[in-house]
Amino acid sequence: MMHTDTAPPGTAPVFHLEEEHHPETSTLLGFWIYLMSDCLIFAVLFATYGVLGRNYAAGPSPKDLFDLPLVALNTAMLLFSSITYGFAMIAMDKGRQAATQAWLAITGLFGAAFLGIELYEFSHLIHEGAGPQRSAFLSSFFTLVGTHGLHVTLGLVWLMVLMVQVGQRGLIPENQRRLMCLSMFWHFLDVVWIGVFTFVYLMGVLQ
Amino acid sequence: MFSNLDFTNLDLQKLVFGRLSLADIPYHEPILLVTFSVVALGGLVVLGAITYFRFWGPLWRDWMTSVDHKKIGIMYIILALVMLLRGFADAIMMITQKAVAFGPSEGYLPPHHYDQIFTAHGVIMIFFVAMPFVTGLMNYVVPLQIGARDVSFPFLNNFSFWMTVAGAVITMISLFVGEFSRATWLGYPPLSGADMSPGVGVDYWIWGLQIAGVGTLLSGINLVATIVKMRAPGMTMMKLPVFVWTSLCTNVLIVAAFPILTAVLVLLSLDRYVGTHFFTNDLGGNPMMYFNLIWIWGHPEVYILILPAFGIFSEVTSTYCGKRLFGYASMVYATVVITILSYLVWLHHFFTMGSGANVNSFFGITTMIISIPTGAKIFNWLFTMYRGRIRFELPMLWTVGFMVTFVIGGMTGVLLAVPPADFVLHNSLFLVAHFHNVIIGGVLFGMFAGVNYWFPKAFGFKLDPFWGKMSFWCWLVGFYLVFMPLYVLGLMGVTRRTQHFDDPTLQPWFIVAACGAVLILCGILSLLVQIVVSIRNREALRDTTGDPWGGRTLEWSTSSPPPDYNFAFTPVVHDLDAWYDMKNRGYARPLGGFKPIHMPKNTGTGVILGGLSVAFGFAMIWYIWWLAALSFAAIFIVSIVHTFNYNRDFYIPADAVVRAENERTAVLAGRV
Repeated sequence: MMHTDTAPPGTAPVFHLEEEHHPETSTLLGFWIYLMSDCLIFAVLFATYGVLGRNYAAGPSPKDLFDLPLVALNTAMLLFSSITYGFAMIAMDKGRQAATQAWLAITGLFGAAFLGIELYEFSHLIHEGAGPQRSAFLSSFFTLVGTHGLHVTLGLVWLMVLMVQVGQRGLIPENQRRLMCLSMFWHFLDVVWIGVFTFVYLMGVLQ
Repeated sequence: MFSNLDFTNLDLQKLVFGRLSLADIPYHEPILLVTFSVVALGGLVVLGAITYFRFWGPLWRDWMTSVDHKKIGIMYIILALVMLLRGFADAIMMITQKAVAFGPSEGYLPPHHYDQIFTAHGVIMIFFVAMPFVTGLMNYVVPLQIGARDVSFPFLNNFSFWMTVAGAVITMISLFVGEFSRATWLGYPPLSGADMSPGVGVDYWIWGLQIAGVGTLLSGINLVATIVKMRAPGMTMMKLPVFVWTSLCTNVLIVAAFPILTAVLVLLSLDRYVGTHFFTNDLGGNPMMYFNLIWIWGHPEVYILILPAFGIFSEVTSTYCGKRLFGYASMVYATVVITILSYLVWLHHFFTMGSGANVNSFFGITTMIISIPTGAKIFNWLFTMYRGRIRFELPMLWTVGFMVTFVIGGMTGVLLAVPPADFVLHNSLFLVAHFHNVIIGGVLFGMFAGVNYWFPKAFGFKLDPFWGKMSFWCWLVGFYLVFMPLYVLGLMGVTRRTQHFDDPTLQPWFIVAACGAVLILCGILSLLVQIVVSIRNREALRDTTGDPWGGRTLEWSTSSPPPDYNFAFTPVVHDLDAWYDMKNRGYARPLGGFKPIHMPKNTGTGVILGGLSVAFGFAMIWYIWWLAALSFAAIFIVSIVHTFNYNRDFYIPADAVVRAENERTAVLAGRV
């Protein structure tokens, strides 16, 4: 077997393209792969929480610490922010720049509210003497939830930068691509949070 | 009053310099002093030469800021060679210490120094020699083999390289400012925790790896996207050259493994900096969690290194035997199976943890299963050679040397995979001999084969065969002299990481090993001589065809060195051995009709971010908080500012392409 596909008899095989070849953009695939690698970081943190999460070291347990209504409110903030980001993307598809910007701003506000509530919860815990140094359970709790919070913070900065860039240049293809990436990032954080909410908070209080 | 003043002074010093003080410069250690003067002198000579030859401008414009995958690949390999010298210096110090430190003689390396040396040796050889070597070759070769103009994300590629350099720089700084980790190359807690290692050594190790790891991860993402998206038309997955397949699997492994290293290093950092309890012995921490996590990264890492070497051997065997690779499909499947299995064996690194017979036998069996696809590969290479017209050029020599050596290393690996045997051999020199057997005999031989194979592509002339053969034989014989005695010693129960021995009957074995190390030194020197001699004789070694070996894959279809744009026209692929197919079916190189070519622009952002990362890492290591905050803010701002630059590409005008291609036409016709 010499060739796997031969040109039809009588025609010379084509060995190069005459026109400039433009492979389709790799950005979305690349960003998706990055998200999966980020997902692994969370996998490690979840696994660590799974192994160390009950090592209270005679300290407080989830039941003593977690305030479910507050966490539910927090979860609602993040879920709403995902919906509003979706609206921003719909507006972007229709080419409506002002609406896109408005929905992005609302998304940012929900994100900031989420972060504010999380910071309040953290400071409250630390104030009660349940800081990350208290036990392996609290070390892994603060690290898992805190890493998620750090991601949301970065997402917020990115969102603001993109709003400036959309304001400067409009919904040009580059900016659309960037908004798509941030969209994936934002929804990804939402999915991770659902894991955190279920695995850490709900199951922590139920056990 | 005065004591009060002293106190404020001390405080100010702490504020400005963190825990760094003059006492941390090891000027009382003669070995380090000599090393430092040599490095400083060498550095001054290099910097002086660059200034004298007015090379700073071209160096900055054409190399440091370059986003060309070929230049970045070459820079990776230069980094690997430089760090190889450092890593080998550590190795020869260890082995000579072992050869003399018997009975009353303490040798010349005190334990605290010896421990830093074996840690640095492991870290440097894996992260800053093997990894840059592998990444460099993949960077150079993969886009050419798939008929692409560059990688998917050219700027990210440059940034990844400079992050790798930043990690290497941080590791090197530890030689002269403070100390390096003494907690082994994987930094096992509780030894690497704040209680047992309060100094800066472990922090140097953490930040060196963390910063270089960012680069590795991003370059992994980049190459996966490149291979998936940028292939030339017609190149389906089962027409990928084997090296591209192994690169794809390696980069998938990088993406799937390095985040785990990042996360586990963060957890260890939190234990050390914040006082959390992940891996401590008290308040609920669990050091064995660290062992599991680091090896879930660490075992795939081994395959990250060896798979591209397998790819190189496949290309080399098929080229120098003048035959299509035997069993291409089985080679691809074997590679994929190894990729998957590499995640199911991590626990064999600590069978002695005591996880029980069921767990140990699971991991023992999965480990043994890996030898099946690996064995299939060996047979494929042998059957490719069978009835081939074998040309024993340098890359083929390294390949044959690899086949013999690697089979031995593979067999000792299967021995170690048997849990009861491992309980005896764990932590012994037998293990040390085993992994050097596969890493030197597999990865390093593969890299040397690759360098000798693709050097003429990168520079337009072959490497000198005489000094290449010197290097090969010194390495091969030296390797056996060093590590066969270590197998014997390990079977006798001698433990690794030991700085002094009481039993004098062991000494002859260590002396043989030290002689082997001297031979390897000759191998490294021959390699350097080979490069110098080849540059001096480049006219005699010149290759004008672009295809000096009778190659089979697309990289040989373009000129040597390839133009910036790699291919004037994107090739169309019909066969696995695309270039061989083109040559066979009367492909005529196009002589006209050139169009402007779309290319990415160079940028200095990668260098700047790398430099800032060194500052940030250094500040974190020494608790210089103001510098840490400042450099972190700077990294953040530079990254954001970079995104405001939308003007990232340009067109090479058609007449520039015409000029370059006409020049090649003239060279091919023998008119120049």
